[in-house]
Amino acid sequence: MDEPLVRWDWIARNWDNGGPTSVKVLLENHIVMAFVPVVAGLLIAIPLGLACARYRWLYQPTVGIMNVVYSLPSLALFSILLSVTGLTQTTVIIPLTLFSLAVLIPAVVDGMRSVPDHVRQSAVAMGFQPYRRLVSVELPIAVPVVLAGLRVAAVSSISLVSVGALIGQGGLGYLFIDGWQRQFYTPIVVGIVLVVALALVADLVIIAAQRLLTPWARRRA
Amino acid sequence: MNWLIEFFGSAEYWSGDDAIPLRLLQHLEYSFLAFAIAALIAIPLGLFIGHTGRGAVIVVVSANAARALPTLGLLVLVVLLIGVGTLWPVLIPLIALAIPPILVNTYEGIRGADPDLRDAAYGMGLRGSQVLFRALLPVALPLILLGLRLSAITVVATATVAAYVGLGGLGRYIIDGLATKNYAEVFGGAVLVVLLALAVQTGFTLLNRVIVSPGVRQVR
Repeated sequence: MDEPLVRWDWIARNWDNGGPTSVKVLLENHIVMAFVPVVAGLLIAIPLGLACARYRWLYQPTVGIMNVVYSLPSLALFSILLSVTGLTQTTVIIPLTLFSLAVLIPAVVDGMRSVPDHVRQSAVAMGFQPYRRLVSVELPIAVPVVLAGLRVAAVSSISLVSVGALIGQGGLGYLFIDGWQRQFYTPIVVGIVLVVALALVADLVIIAAQRLLTPWARRRA
Repeated sequence: MNWLIEFFGSAEYWSGDDAIPLRLLQHLEYSFLAFAIAALIAIPLGLFIGHTGRGAVIVVVSANAARALPTLGLLVLVVLLIGVGTLWPVLIPLIALAIPPILVNTYEGIRGADPDLRDAAYGMGLRGSQVLFRALLPVALPLILLGLRLSAITVVATATVAAYVGLGGLGRYIIDGLATKNYAEVFGGAVLVVLLALAVQTGFTLLNRVIVSPGVRQVR
C-alpha cells in the first residue's frame, strides 16, 4: 500500500472547486438532508407524544409501529421511495424523518411521564389552566428527556444520510462512492471525519441548548 | 405493484446465482455470522464491565461512536484497506457495528439492577459470579435482548449496504437494479429486505416472551 491514507493536496483542491461534488457543497447538502428530518420529526413528535402521554391507549400501538419503522433498513426505504419521489433529496428526507419520529415520540412520552405528580398537582392548585400548565410547567421539566432523544435522532440522522449516496443523494456519502470507485482513500477518510465531526457539533449544540433551557439544573449542580 | 409482479414472477429470480432463496440464505449467513461473533464478544464484556464497574469508559465511547460512524464509509474503507477475497473484510465492519448496542445494553442492564437485589443476593451467601448469573442476569435480560435486537437489525440493514462492496445477499438486487436502472429489481429487493427486517423484529419479540422470567416482565 503506497497510497497514503490522506492526501492533503486533494482536500485543498476539492474543498471548493466550484463543481457540484466539491466537499463544501456536499457538506451543505448533507446538513440539509440531516437537519430537516430532525426538525420535522421534533415538530411532529411533540403533538403526537403529548397525545400518547394523555391518552394511554394510544401509547402501546404507537410505540409498536415506531419499533417496526425503526427496524426498516434505510437503503430499502430509500429504494422504495425512489419510485415515488425520484432522485431528489426528499427521497432521503422522508425515511430519516420516520426514523427521527421513532426515537422522538417515546422520548416526548417519557419526558411527560418524568414530570412528578406533586409538581403537576401544585400547578393545578396554583390555578394554572391546562394549556399554560403544559407550556410553562410540564414541557420545561420534560426538556432533558426530550433532548436526550433529540441527540440520538440528530446523530443517527447525520450518519444515515450517507447511505443515500447509493441512490445518488447522500451528501458526504458521495465521497465514499467516489473513493471506492477510484480505490482512493482520501475522500473516504475525509467523508468519515466530516460526518463524525458534524455529529459531534450537533451533539454539542443540543447539549448547549439544554443548558440554556434548564438553568435550574445548572444551579443545583 | 406491477413491479412486484414483474420481480417475483420472473424466472430469473428463482434459479441460478440470482435466485431469491439463495440470496436470502447468503444474507442470513453473513448477518448471523457477524451477529453471533459480536454477541460472543459483547455479552461477556458487558457482563464483566457492568458487574465490576471496570472499563465503563469503553461503553460510553462505543455507544457514541456507533451512532456517529457512517456505515457505508466504514465498510468501503475497511474493504479497500484489507482487500476483497475472503468474507472477513466485510464481516469486520459488520461486527464493529453490531457490538456497541449489545455491549451498552448488557452493561446498562447489569449496572441498573436494583442495588437491594444485589445486596440481598450477597446476603443470601451467593458469591460474585453467582450473584451475576443467578440474580442480576435474569433482571437484565430484557435490556440485553433489546440490545441484541437493535444489533441484529443494524446487521441486517448494513449487510444490505454491503452488497455495494461485492457481498451477496438481498442487497444485490437493490445495488444491481440501481446500476442497470431495473427499478422492478430494486423495488422487489427492497421489499424482501423489509420483510426480513420485520421477521427479525418479530423473532425477538417472541424470544422475549419465551425467555424473560414472568416475574421480571411484571415489574416493567
